[in-house]
Amino acid sequence: MTRKTKSNLQVIGMYAFIGAVIVAILYPLLWTIGLSLNPGTSLYGSSMIPDNFSFVHYKWLFFDPASDYLLWYKNTLIVATITSFSAVVFVSLIAYAFSRYHFIGKKNGIYTFLLLQTFPVLMAMVALYILLNMVNLLDTLTGLILIYIGGAIPMNVFLVKGYFDTIPKELDESAKIDGAGHLRIFFTIMLPLAKPILAVVALFNFMTPFMDFILPSIILRSPENYTLALGLFNFINEQFGNNFTRFAAGAVLIAIPIAAVFLFLQRYLISGLTSGATKG
Amino acid sequence: MIHQRKNPKVAALLSVIPGFGQMYNRRFLKGTIFFLLFISFITLFYQFLNIGYWGLFTLGEIPKLDDSRVLLAQGIISLIITTIALTFYILNLKDAFKDAQKLQKGIILNSLKGSFKDGWDKGFPYILVGPGLFLLIFVVVFPLLFMVFLAFTDYNLYNSPPRNLLNWVGFDNFTSLATVPIWRSTFASVFSWTIIWTLVATTLQIALALILAIFVNDSRIKFKKLLRTLLILPWAVPGFVTILIFAALFNNDFGAINRDILIPLFDQALPWMTDPFWAKVAIIGIQVWLGFPFVFAIFTGILQSISSDMYEAADMDGATSWQKFKKITFPHVMFATAPILIMQYAGNFNNFNIIYLFNQGGPAVRGQNAGGTDILISWVYNLTFETQNYNMAAAISIIIGLIIATFAFFQFRRTSSFKGEM
Repeated sequence: MTRKTKSNLQVIGMYAFIGAVIVAILYPLLWTIGLSLNPGTSLYGSSMIPDNFSFVHYKWLFFDPASDYLLWYKNTLIVATITSFSAVVFVSLIAYAFSRYHFIGKKNGIYTFLLLQTFPVLMAMVALYILLNMVNLLDTLTGLILIYIGGAIPMNVFLVKGYFDTIPKELDESAKIDGAGHLRIFFTIMLPLAKPILAVVALFNFMTPFMDFILPSIILRSPENYTLALGLFNFINEQFGNNFTRFAAGAVLIAIPIAAVFLFLQRYLISGLTSGATKG
Repeated sequence: MIHQRKNPKVAALLSVIPGFGQMYNRRFLKGTIFFLLFISFITLFYQFLNIGYWGLFTLGEIPKLDDSRVLLAQGIISLIITTIALTFYILNLKDAFKDAQKLQKGIILNSLKGSFKDGWDKGFPYILVGPGLFLLIFVVVFPLLFMVFLAFTDYNLYNSPPRNLLNWVGFDNFTSLATVPIWRSTFASVFSWTIIWTLVATTLQIALALILAIFVNDSRIKFKKLLRTLLILPWAVPGFVTILIFAALFNNDFGAINRDILIPLFDQALPWMTDPFWAKVAIIGIQVWLGFPFVFAIFTGILQSISSDMYEAADMDGATSWQKFKKITFPHVMFATAPILIMQYAGNFNNFNIIYLFNQGGPAVRGQNAGGTDILISWVYNLTFETQNYNMAAAISIIIGLIIATFAFFQFRRTSSFKGEM
């Protein structure tokens, strides 16, 4: 066997492997899209390539009076926007303090954040339930938003602090000599320079409410307060298989915008995620 | 004023009642403010703390009237408030001591305006951290503490407030996990599956990611950008959607895997949902599908950063591709990504979504109170929301917490080694 044929065989082998993985990736996704275009509602009797295409489920989601889909979309957008904005505010303020100031408890604070970011919210669910019940925020979007923001702090502070640390200290020190106050330095020097990482934090926290299902399922009780993830889960949880095509249509409508944003911004997301861990 | 010699110890001693030490240092306004803050703290919180600590110790005395859960929550909040108040109290003592020391050395203390500016400078980081810290304490720290305390009570379906009072039971719940047969056997099987699941699923997803990253990075492969985008798709689609889709695909009776693939090709359907072994295989497969793209993306970034000099030098020495992989690529990639990989293991250890959404931890298994695919965290969820064994759920959560803290410790060691100053 010559060197050339060996190399060709290797290339073919690699293409075959990558191709097999891509088929495995696309199959369930295309299957879902195909199913959402079936006119029937049950999983049984629906096929990946329907005999007669129909947008009946999409129409149902948007226009049927029994459908809460648009309401859920609105709830999710409200939660996502407020969470994303507030998380950026809280996180950048704390990260600024941790990056530039000396204060009592700073070192222990960093250790605590590192430890807290590894605990899943799920571990504290009983307490969250009782706490929200005590302050009358159970089954409200406000309660959900507060928990999202609080939960976002440890991990994101770590990311942003790491980024702030890379901004040269000379910049703010010279501004201080020129008479700039604490807030001025923060708003005119740190924030503009940290835009990329703040965008990542904003995006992460905007997407969480679209993807998270556990927390809403613990906190939200009435269907008019559901977020998309919870509402969709209930589509198929109530009578499995009977609403599946409807679920598929709803899922396609969430997955496409999120996947689009994601693929568009993937470079920034990856750099944001890795900078926290590799550069530290 | 310069000639007044003040004894720092006296100042600190007088500050036992906040403000008095400051007044002794002739800082009357500061002293008054401290004193007023002290008085208002006491009047505001005395009642609350009093009930809080009583509740924390007794968990209530009259059934139906005292709700042990609320008392416990109030007790924990009292603990948190006390900690914060003590911090300020110690700061007050230190402040009186330091001011007196300065006076003793004859340093003129700042004027009121000066000390205001000083306070703004020194206090600024606290103002920055304050609001976020407040939220963090109530949303993250308080619930975790509550969970820790619950593990030492007898809160379950048969003994639940407000009908009954809770009692402190010490380490009984942990002892039950180790001695009561049903708990012991369930814990052993769930725990061992959690470990196997974490190791197998995570390692497979890392291995697949590594192979794909190396293949796509190979100079002979074309359409790199398109391939990378396609390979990253599973990460871009929300996880809960794909898991639910897979649950349908793997459905025993009308799922496409049995109906369209296995039966036509092998004339045999597999019990994906009802047999623990096949359910586990399916779940690991799905997790590999879901989890490899993230690792793949990171590996790709690292591979592109390895300089080609090393490979060229290896080629000169006549190294085979396997040798190049073993000596250059693999160590390089693993070293650069170790903290991320550790977090992948930690993430799967607590990967509730996939277990719960696939088939709620099922199928049921005889002789134990967890399903065949339940991992610790999904078992905790079931114990909490299905069978209301809050005390046992909390005890298991503490065990999960200890394990997770170990992961965090390793990640922290790696992370801190990269940076000199915290």
